[in-house]
Amino acid sequence: MAIPISYNVRSVAARWATALVSVLGIAGTVGVFLAMLAMAKGFQATLISSGSTDNAIIMRAGADSEMTSAINLEQVRIIGDSPEIARSDDGTPLVSPEVVVIGAFPLASTGTDANVQVRGVSETVLDVRPSVKITEGRFFTPGLAELVVGRNAVSTYRGFELGSTIRIGGQDWPVVGVFSTGGSAFDSEVWCDANLLNQVFSRPDGIFQSVTARMVSPDQLDALKDRLTADPRLTVDVTGEQAYYAKQSQMVSTLIRVLGFLVAMVMAVGAIFGALNTMYSAVAARAREIATMRALGFGGGLVMMSFVLESLLIALVGGAIGCLAVLPLNGFTAGTMNWQTFSHLAFAFKVTPGMMFGGLVFATIMGVVGGLLPAFRAARMPVATALREL
Amino acid sequence: MKYLPFILRNLKRKKTRTILTIGSIAVALFLFGLLVTIETALNAGVDVAGVDRLVVRNRISLIQPLPLSYQQRLLQIPHVTRVTHASWFGGVYQDERNFFPQFAIDTNTYHDVFSEFLIPDDQWQAFVADREGAVAGRSLAEKYGWHIGDRIPIRGTIFQGTWEFNIRAIYDGTSGEADESQFWFHYDYLDERRAWGEGLVGWYTVQVDDPDHAVEVAAAIDDRFANSAWETTTETEKAFAAGFAKQIGNIRLIVLSIGAVVLFTLLLVTGSAMATAVRERVPELGVLKTLGFRDGTVLGLVLAESVLIALVGGGIGVGLAKLFTLRGDPTGGMLPIFYLGPDEMALGLGLALAVGLLAGAIPAITAMRLRIVDALRRV
Repeated sequence: MAIPISYNVRSVAARWATALVSVLGIAGTVGVFLAMLAMAKGFQATLISSGSTDNAIIMRAGADSEMTSAINLEQVRIIGDSPEIARSDDGTPLVSPEVVVIGAFPLASTGTDANVQVRGVSETVLDVRPSVKITEGRFFTPGLAELVVGRNAVSTYRGFELGSTIRIGGQDWPVVGVFSTGGSAFDSEVWCDANLLNQVFSRPDGIFQSVTARMVSPDQLDALKDRLTADPRLTVDVTGEQAYYAKQSQMVSTLIRVLGFLVAMVMAVGAIFGALNTMYSAVAARAREIATMRALGFGGGLVMMSFVLESLLIALVGGAIGCLAVLPLNGFTAGTMNWQTFSHLAFAFKVTPGMMFGGLVFATIMGVVGGLLPAFRAARMPVATALREL
Repeated sequence: MKYLPFILRNLKRKKTRTILTIGSIAVALFLFGLLVTIETALNAGVDVAGVDRLVVRNRISLIQPLPLSYQQRLLQIPHVTRVTHASWFGGVYQDERNFFPQFAIDTNTYHDVFSEFLIPDDQWQAFVADREGAVAGRSLAEKYGWHIGDRIPIRGTIFQGTWEFNIRAIYDGTSGEADESQFWFHYDYLDERRAWGEGLVGWYTVQVDDPDHAVEVAAAIDDRFANSAWETTTETEKAFAAGFAKQIGNIRLIVLSIGAVVLFTLLLVTGSAMATAVRERVPELGVLKTLGFRDGTVLGLVLAESVLIALVGGGIGVGLAKLFTLRGDPTGGMLPIFYLGPDEMALGLGLALAVGLLAGAIPAITAMRLRIVDALRRV
């Protein structure tokens, strides 16, 4: 017959103070681990949701971001003629030639400047990216110096509200609308007319940085890639939009993950030390109890299992507390610099059920490792000497 | 000091517990060292920024360039002693993962303004003489195994084509916090080969004669170019670096919160271990007091035990953290300055001491207040 679990529960309750230390140690470790994962996941999700599988992004061959790319009007036309690209009802190809510049604007939180991506787009953009919804005001009128501002940009920067005026490149631009794409990277951007932006920034007329094209269906990507890269009039790279944004998230999410794992691993070692300490004192304090159990006929293996279970119990409670503590972080919006685009990006922490399950597994491992050695000692305790101490 | 053997004996009695407690503190202090290092890395540049230097950038953003003609005009502004410029190249060496900053610099003035970078004179002369020459930082050169005379191909992402450079000099930083991962080459080489953007530079660095004039000069520069086609924003190098670090966002806050969680947990672990140790020894403490040891001495003995554990653990932790940072940046190029300074190490040991005192306080006071009668009754 196994030693009942209620015995462990009651023992833990009897020495709740030392158990609490272990519980908090493990809860802290799991919490930090999950918070870092949620941050990396949120950052990645923000960028990945910016891309649609229906879209392809076309840039100059060799360019690693829109910043370093250039595409001229003639090339835009050639790209638009490809049969893989979807067309609107009146036959216009769904391509959006875009220009991206960076403007520095004061952050609402600190007042220091941060870089904002100002994207010059054409009217077709709403058909190319159907996820864009105007939530307040209206879209800008082509040819007029008007801005629409992403939802996150409004809250991140000073003076970006609907109706205010922003000075970019020596010209005043009224904000006529606010748009939302449901939490993607575009929500941190400011959009305006591409041709006008070229003029204001004295960039050459008719030169864009990227072309986003909506394909007839997602499986046309390879065909489009083959056609455009084989065309002697073009020197371009064609990337699926989702893959492009996933790659943009790589640097920062890797940084967060590496640092997160490092910190969590070190904390785990500390938490295991704490758990070991608690379990060893538990074993020492209960030497007589253990000896009595052994004398009553419970085998060494059973005693060992009982103590591992006890440690596991403590760890799981800690793990659960850690998971619950991180839960409010879900949706918490933070901002950081995306090195790959050199601009500030708002993103929301993302806590997923899988992540929380991972946290519990992590806690279980810490519990087992922290309980095994003390349990072994308990099982090996010589019954006669322990009882003599009575 | 005469009680030291006694304290050590007590610590040796429960070896496992002592080792584990030391271990927890070591882990916590190791983590503390790591977090401080990461924080320093994210704030890179703020601490090493020169107080007498101003950064002049295009008002729109750092990405927008400024005309080369500004160099002479900046020199005419009162209190400005030197003006140099640099431009971001944004090239890729072999693979996109190999990130390091490349700057096209003004070879006549750059070294005078950034005199904290140490370069042997003959190497610098060789660099200036070679139009395709380049200077690499020490850690950068070591990372890719470059030696003086090597020819390095770099693929331009902003300026197309493959650009080849000859390594002519290697610079060292004067402090551990200096960024030794930069790559400099001739602005002239960039300007004559690039297909667009001729006559434009990335930003200017202006040196003033006295740091007290910095604010005044910054305002004068921005006034000078106001309402021109290329308006400027001028700030001290420190403010510039701080602004850059702030863009990284709430990471500082996150790092600090983790640090707080860790220290709190650690305090609990040490405190509970110490409390257990005192509880087990109540009768002994009673005997000590019977023998005539004063309350203060008993308090001191228990406290000393806890402080000793904390300091040994702290020393191990901080030492390990230092060893870890010596191995260099774990992310492969994203944190070029990965350095744990002596100040931070001292702070770590101070924290360990504080944890030892706080954790030992309650058990020590309990021990001090112990009445002999109660203590001996438990024998």
